Amino acid sequence: MMERGLPAWAQALPLAVVFVVFFIVPLLLTLMVSFWNYNEYEILPDFTARNYLEAFEGCAERLLAAPPELCTTLKTYLTTLRIAVVAWLITLLLGFAIAYFLAFHVHSSSMQIVLFLVCTIPFWTSNVIRMISWIPLLGRNGLINQALQQLHLIKQPLEWLLFSEFAVVLAFVHLYTLFMIVPIFNSMMRIDRALIEAARDCGASGWQTLANVVIPLSKPGIVIGSIFVLTIVMGDFVTIGVMGGQQIASVGKMINTQMGALQFPPAAAHAVILLATVLLVIWGLTRLVDIRKEL
Amino acid sequence: MREGRPGSFYWLAALFALFVLFLYGPMITIVLLSFQGPDGGLTFPINGVSSHWFSKLWLDGLPNVDIWSAFARSARLGLVVMVLTVLLSLLAGLAYRKHFFGSDTLFFVVIASLIMPSIVVSLGIGLEFRIIDDAVKRYAPAWLADGYDTAMGLFTSALGAHLTWTLPFGLLIMFAIFNRFDARYEEAARDLGASPWQALRHVVLPIIGPSVVGIGLFGFTLSWDEIARTSQAVGYLNTLPLELQGQTTTVTTPVIYALGTLTTGVSLLVIAAALATMLLLRRRPLRTASAAPKRAS
Repeated sequence: MMERGLPAWAQALPLAVVFVVFFIVPLLLTLMVSFWNYNEYEILPDFTARNYLEAFEGCAERLLAAPPELCTTLKTYLTTLRIAVVAWLITLLLGFAIAYFLAFHVHSSSMQIVLFLVCTIPFWTSNVIRMISWIPLLGRNGLINQALQQLHLIKQPLEWLLFSEFAVVLAFVHLYTLFMIVPIFNSMMRIDRALIEAARDCGASGWQTLANVVIPLSKPGIVIGSIFVLTIVMGDFVTIGVMGGQQIASVGKMINTQMGALQFPPAAAHAVILLATVLLVIWGLTRLVDIRKEL
Repeated sequence: MREGRPGSFYWLAALFALFVLFLYGPMITIVLLSFQGPDGGLTFPINGVSSHWFSKLWLDGLPNVDIWSAFARSARLGLVVMVLTVLLSLLAGLAYRKHFFGSDTLFFVVIASLIMPSIVVSLGIGLEFRIIDDAVKRYAPAWLADGYDTAMGLFTSALGAHLTWTLPFGLLIMFAIFNRFDARYEEAARDLGASPWQALRHVVLPIIGPSVVGIGLFGFTLSWDEIARTSQAVGYLNTLPLELQGQTTTVTTPVIYALGTLTTGVSLLVIAAALATMLLLRRRPLRTASAAPKRAS
């Protein structure tokens, strides 16, 4: 027999060890600690549902009250979901259009690579700096307010441009549209161009070709991109913190604040709830496509 | 005969141009604003041109923060993450060309790490190290427990946190590389009597080299920029992006733009170096290939 070198399992071992130590075990510990008790000084091994119950304390009564209202926790989860859905829709539409342009309208492959790199380079630079760089544009005395005032379109500077939900969504679109472009572009490049010509020969209009050929065949990319954007945005606390002026509550921020206050068990409970929500979303999306086949 | 461009081309080209402006516009603004004169503020109009804010950054740093130590820490961590990401992804990528026990599970775990909300990973690692610390303080023998503070740190917990983020990218790129790799080159090398190591060293690595450089690029830049996973797992000494995040609301002079220009400059240098290396590596096999027949004749 020929000599085979290192066995495969040994080659994969270092990577596996990293993920066991820094991913699997931490997740299990999070699950465990979410059932622990705590006092002002330390966390106490226990098995209690206290953290989950306290997370939604009073929510039921307030929902059933007249008039019904949302408790802080539910409001936070809803804000997080709302921002995630809006950011997802915009990145999807924009990412799809850009990917379509690159895949179907740019014909030379070297031009494709250049334009693709142009889209990618900002991704390799610092996210915080990219957020900070909106301040001179969107701020109270920023470029946009100055321009609008000089055109006499507004009298007072617009306050909602920066440190607002608008700014948060804008930053998400700015930072994460690439996560849509790459997988959708990848799917589109695999579409047999003959199919599109066939559709046209059969008399399909541009929109019909798009709806019946391109979109169904781009589905894997759309799903992968959507998973990326939704999971990043739903767990985010950095962008929401910086662009929301530390005024908007999200689930990620709530967890971060509780960690800062050394309240680990309630933070762990929220992490588990967040994770369950995210997994539900992903499960729904992966029903549509087998990720492994698409690489 | 070729038809003219369809109308949608012009719409989408305009959209693409706007998107590029949207991507780069804000960045260009802070670069411009960072080169203002000493009277410059956080917004337009630009007051004069100078390198005042850079020298201020160089001499004084930022208020309340030792920014240069953070800079050095992030650079060191980024380099270590880069090297480990390349090595571990390459090894695992080679492993996935064969079959091994648990390969599907491992793949699932890697993907799960990629799409796991970062705050959850960060919290988990933070908890893990806190539990380790408590255990050491309570149960470890005196020689270890005395003077022990925490196992958390830049090259323990933070390094691990970064790897859970960079390795999935590395492994996915390896998959993409080997999906396009023509295994016949390797078989030819084996048939000519090359050992597995020789085949790897002289055939496989030169072919996949440029893409492996790409993994290094991802490793460094993702680490250089990481906040979410690091936040609860870094210990006492912060990395640069963590310090920056804290400064966004407190610094009210263009010195923060100067720092932004500088870190972006570092990123761009790294990207340029990576792309140049890729081009260089891609050209080399061609040169040796064209030289080969001459030697034969």
